[in-house]
Amino acid sequence: MDKSVAVIGGGVAGIETASILGHLGYNVILFEKENQLGGNVLSWDRLFPSRRPAHEVVTESMSALTTRCSVHTSTTVKSINKSNGQFTVGIDNGKSFDASAVVLTTGFELFAAEKKEEYGFGIFENVITSRDLEQMFKKHGKPVMANGNTPKRVAFIHCVGSRDEKVNKAYCSKVCCVTAVKQAIEIKEALPGTEVFNFYMDLRMFGHGYEQLYKEAQVLGVTFVRGRLSETNETTGGSIIVKVEDTLAAKPMRLTVDLVVLMVGMNPKPETEGILSSLGLPVNEDGFVGIKDAHTAATKTNTEGVFVAGACTGPNNITDSINSARAAALQVHSYLNHK
Amino acid sequence: MKIDGKRKIWKDYQKEIADDKFYYVRSCIRQNFFPGSEAAFLKILRDVLKKDVYDDSHHTTCSGIGYHTEVVPFETTMTVVGRNFSLMKESGYRNYVPSCVTSFGIYTEILDTWHHLPKVEERIHENLRIATKREFDIPDNLAHTSDIIFKFRNEIAEKAKYKLINKATGKPLKVVDHIGCHYAKMFPAKGVGGAEYPYVLAGMVEAWGGEPIDYPERRHCCGFGFRQYLIKANRGYSISGSKKKFESMEPYKPDFIITNCPGCAYFLDRWQYGLAEMEGKTYGEDGHGIPSLTYEEVAGLVLGFDPWELGLQLHQVPVESLLDKMGVSYDPDQKFKGLNNEDLGKPESPKNLKFYK
Amino acid sequence: MADFGYGSMKSNVCDLDKANRDLALSLSKKEPTFDHCIACGSCTATCSAGKFTNFSFRSLCHAIRRGETASVYKEASKCMLCGKCTLVCPRGVNTRNVILLIREVNQNLR
Repeated sequence: MDKSVAVIGGGVAGIETASILGHLGYNVILFEKENQLGGNVLSWDRLFPSRRPAHEVVTESMSALTTRCSVHTSTTVKSINKSNGQFTVGIDNGKSFDASAVVLTTGFELFAAEKKEEYGFGIFENVITSRDLEQMFKKHGKPVMANGNTPKRVAFIHCVGSRDEKVNKAYCSKVCCVTAVKQAIEIKEALPGTEVFNFYMDLRMFGHGYEQLYKEAQVLGVTFVRGRLSETNETTGGSIIVKVEDTLAAKPMRLTVDLVVLMVGMNPKPETEGILSSLGLPVNEDGFVGIKDAHTAATKTNTEGVFVAGACTGPNNITDSINSARAAALQVHSYLNHK
Repeated sequence: MKIDGKRKIWKDYQKEIADDKFYYVRSCIRQNFFPGSEAAFLKILRDVLKKDVYDDSHHTTCSGIGYHTEVVPFETTMTVVGRNFSLMKESGYRNYVPSCVTSFGIYTEILDTWHHLPKVEERIHENLRIATKREFDIPDNLAHTSDIIFKFRNEIAEKAKYKLINKATGKPLKVVDHIGCHYAKMFPAKGVGGAEYPYVLAGMVEAWGGEPIDYPERRHCCGFGFRQYLIKANRGYSISGSKKKFESMEPYKPDFIITNCPGCAYFLDRWQYGLAEMEGKTYGEDGHGIPSLTYEEVAGLVLGFDPWELGLQLHQVPVESLLDKMGVSYDPDQKFKGLNNEDLGKPESPKNLKFYK
Repeated sequence: MADFGYGSMKSNVCDLDKANRDLALSLSKKEPTFDHCIACGSCTATCSAGKFTNFSFRSLCHAIRRGETASVYKEASKCMLCGKCTLVCPRGVNTRNVILLIREVNQNLR
């Protein structure tokens, strides 16, 4: 077949879509903004629930890419136009590519934690994000304070930039709870003498093996406190004072910790909206790519020939992103065969 | 602490502050506790900065104390405020400058209410017309007096006689700041620097050579409130708020506290005396307290005004330790002498708080 | 000291820096399932004693974990040891044993 499919975004969803379509015999053009494939998964150290290394997933996905797939890294897609059933993909250097179908797999970006001024990210050195912690695990195998010391107490703050009307992100980012529990376990395994506290509003342990992770964390001695962080303050020495309400005791609570980890939520990428508006497609009420039907057409958009997969439609975990990529690939195949 | 992170937030919260032709509205209670402050403000603006400030003796209280104690209904407060605005209209000025932070809070709250509910504003116009036959305009600019001093902090620094530097060591003085709750907590966009890391006083301290200190309970209320202290039975609640702040700032060994609210300056000064006498604990060096100053007093000291003319002798926590650190020249014998060298007598010394006679 | 007719108030905040959690640590050592609690409240809901007193097993354990042990023994003495809480606990916490261990600690103190 001569039909080309454009896949916008080279994270795990995009790679998976491209490799399945390649195996089905299509020419795939895979566009990636950064200078390498892999997307957000490259930033993680180990994945829940099994704690396997993140790079394995990327490597395995990429090994399935066929030669029918031409990969364009360091290339930003600016617009897509449809006419006479064909798509023209315009990129940042002015060139354009033709395709018979398009799959959007542009993914997500993390919430900018400095927007929660009262949490002190960007101001207090020992307030970091969950991604910063993953980088620490990659580099040092354990968390480190700003001055290089080992923290004796770490606090995880769930729901930063999620379920929060003040920053206009009312939705739940789905995976931060299980990530926090996983990271809490990892800290206890690396530093058994360090106390770990998780401050949550609710614990969303929705997936296979996640509830067991919660129990595993408790067995290791992680303390779970139901109460949302109100503010942080820095004391002498760079330690952070955390103020929450212990809602189950109906009393305010404070403690001093050495490191605060903010579980930042998953946000839509602003550039995706630009691509959508060139196609005349809407974003949904959370700012992510709108899908055609939540149950029966979750990888389709309202425009024929434009498909979606992965976290660009909303917060998602890697398993489900990869599955949706495979579903989108099959729907592209079905669409192009009926044309 | 990464100061760049704070500077970014300070940049995000900028506000319009008028630069001349101010209509000055005094505080109800400041004159009793810190009599020199408002006079110092006028002196700084008129004599030092050559600005036009209209000091109207016809204006009344904004009734904020009554409103926050729930003895004055909101509609009455709005009408009283309308009358003050009408006086300003009569005087020909358009920039409203209140001296009290609670007033500032009342004015921003009322202007915001009228902005969202124009029918309420209409009713207040009616009320005022019926009661006094007066008409008012919304001010072009509403800024607190600390905003004005903040705006001109560099001009003041240029004319400074003393800097906020410890003369003996050459190091900048460590200054703890306290912003009145009604300044930015209600409407963060109306405060310089926002509500989390306010900059209005920190900026002054930096411009005048000092080092602003951030301490964990910086945002905590001093406990003034109105309900809390008006009735003696509630006062424990109020003093506990200040105590929390003192306990938090003590490890940083600040040289003095700067505040922009009349109630806060009063309480952070007076409650140190209260705690020293009731519990025996002092928070300064060696049995001293931490001097608590208003920003006009600090500006006045920096410009070389006489401390006793600034009214610093009326502080319960003595300021001599600060004056000596800054190298300000003053005459200790003149401390309790009034106009024309009249002997005003001497106050009783506290038992636990070090005092200078 | 002077008496002005009022005084500073005691803090209502649970300060974990100062909390003494020794009892909680010794309980989790002797009964590891103590740490598996998710505070769902099923125990308190079904509790026989809780129908007629303000005894709450969930609350009691929570207080112990926060180091608030002042009235622990008095509270624990309200339990009738009927075992209904152990039956309903979704996490398999051996709640009855926790009560017995608390009473044991109390008796060792006397």
